[in-house]
Amino acid sequence: MNRIYMDHAATTPVRPEVLEAMLPYFNTEFGNPSSVYSWGRSARKALDSARDLVAELLGASASEIVFTAGGSEGANMAVKGVAWADQGRGKHIITSAIEHHAVLDTVLWLEKQGFEVTVLPVDEFGSVSPAQVREALRPDTILVSIMHANNEVGTIQPISEIGAIVREHGAKFHTDAVQTAGVLELDVQALNVDLLSISAHKFYGPKGVGALYVRKGVRLHPLVHGGAQEKGRRAGTENTAGIVGMAKALELAQAERVDENARLTKMRDRLIQGLQKIPHTRVNGSLEQRLPNNVNVCFEFIEGESMLLNLDLRGIAASSGSACTSGSLDPSHVLLAMGLSHEIAHGSLRLTLGRDNTEADVDVVLQEVPGIVERLRAMSPLYQG
Amino acid sequence: MYSDKVMDHFTNPRNVGEIPDADGVGEVGNARCGDIMKLWIKVENNVITDIKFKTFGCGAAIATSSMITELAIGKTVEEAEQITNSQVAEALEGLPPVKMHCSNLAAEALEAAIEDYRKRTANTAS
Ligand code: FES
Repeated sequence: MNRIYMDHAATTPVRPEVLEAMLPYFNTEFGNPSSVYSWGRSARKALDSARDLVAELLGASASEIVFTAGGSEGANMAVKGVAWADQGRGKHIITSAIEHHAVLDTVLWLEKQGFEVTVLPVDEFGSVSPAQVREALRPDTILVSIMHANNEVGTIQPISEIGAIVREHGAKFHTDAVQTAGVLELDVQALNVDLLSISAHKFYGPKGVGALYVRKGVRLHPLVHGGAQEKGRRAGTENTAGIVGMAKALELAQAERVDENARLTKMRDRLIQGLQKIPHTRVNGSLEQRLPNNVNVCFEFIEGESMLLNLDLRGIAASSGSACTSGSLDPSHVLLAMGLSHEIAHGSLRLTLGRDNTEADVDVVLQEVPGIVERLRAMSPLYQG
Repeated sequence: MYSDKVMDHFTNPRNVGEIPDADGVGEVGNARCGDIMKLWIKVENNVITDIKFKTFGCGAAIATSSMITELAIGKTVEEAEQITNSQVAEALEGLPPVKMHCSNLAAEALEAAIEDYRKRTANTAS
């Protein structure tokens, strides 16, 4: 059976060029970048060039890049780091209801520690409104964290506009750019951000490595103590191979993104149009401000996990916001925040396209899904035909 | 994550559908994740002679629904009443811990159908 992977928002395979760039740093160039002898120097050199490259691709300077162990660590580092460093100036934090749990849960944890939190609602398309950010800002607001694009429904947020408002106020602004790195233009100056987190495995780099941009002058309390690495902002021997891989992956993705986005958008729109032909189907998220690879729909009267199992039997990998697919048995907080009922969120299906997908894959999905939906509906006590 | 038996009942669920002239109907919702199961039974001489289900839920919910219909058919009402969710899970060669609650749904739906059957027969007897 020909397998079709359509869950690129979850993770992506490492590109061969990336793997090749990484390999020497596992054995021949295995040195600790902090050592003075030749092995160490060569690892240091690789680390420095990776930092230069990532900085250049983000429009930042090298000293503003902190390497992390991925998106969740980057988000934790940004949110807790600023909260702890700036708590003398205030204890109010603003975020949105559709953030990734790495931000949302971190902010809610800080709330338990005595910080005050405003969680902004979103509209039916999953957009955060800059006007609402402006209204929520208080004299004691120290941090605003709004994601660049949502991982579930693909809605792209007006980050540069929000950033300008936050800057005017004086609070720090973090954006979780895990879904947009390698997809959209990421220029930290144009985006008006103070902190921006990315994760390599979302753009065909390795898992377990990411980067956090920290604007010069932004104070950050470290999460991990125990060494002077990353200018004291993150202790621990650097993951040289991973970092080299991330830089290479980001370079390739940024170079190819315009053509690749056009290709993905075409497939995305064909999928959305095709799936919409199934009765009682709604498209989630914005049709205009949408990631080029994201398809998210709800089929009424059926449940997502049973859909995923059926798709998997046909070799198709996808995901769902159904309560039954989440370990916590809660439905997607993103879909609920957009005003969907628990029951409708149950029937959500997310397909996220990537480099290896072809128009032929789209054909297969459009062939298989209607039958699966029909079969499950025939089994559903809610469906009246 | 699911046993072969679960996947078998999920891909080829037994006794899906409705019984228009059922003697008892049970419908229960799952408080944990919001799923719904509906079950119809036909009873002759105190024995469950036909049983059908419809389920809005995950793979485990569909498989447990299917399994409980197999376990209940041919049993007396009293015997069927004794079927527990762990028996259903066992018959399916186990369920992942996070999915154990789905098997409650099936057991409760059967119980509700039997209760409905009893109410109806009590009414016609009086
Ligand atoms: S029915 Fe929701 S997890 Fe099984």
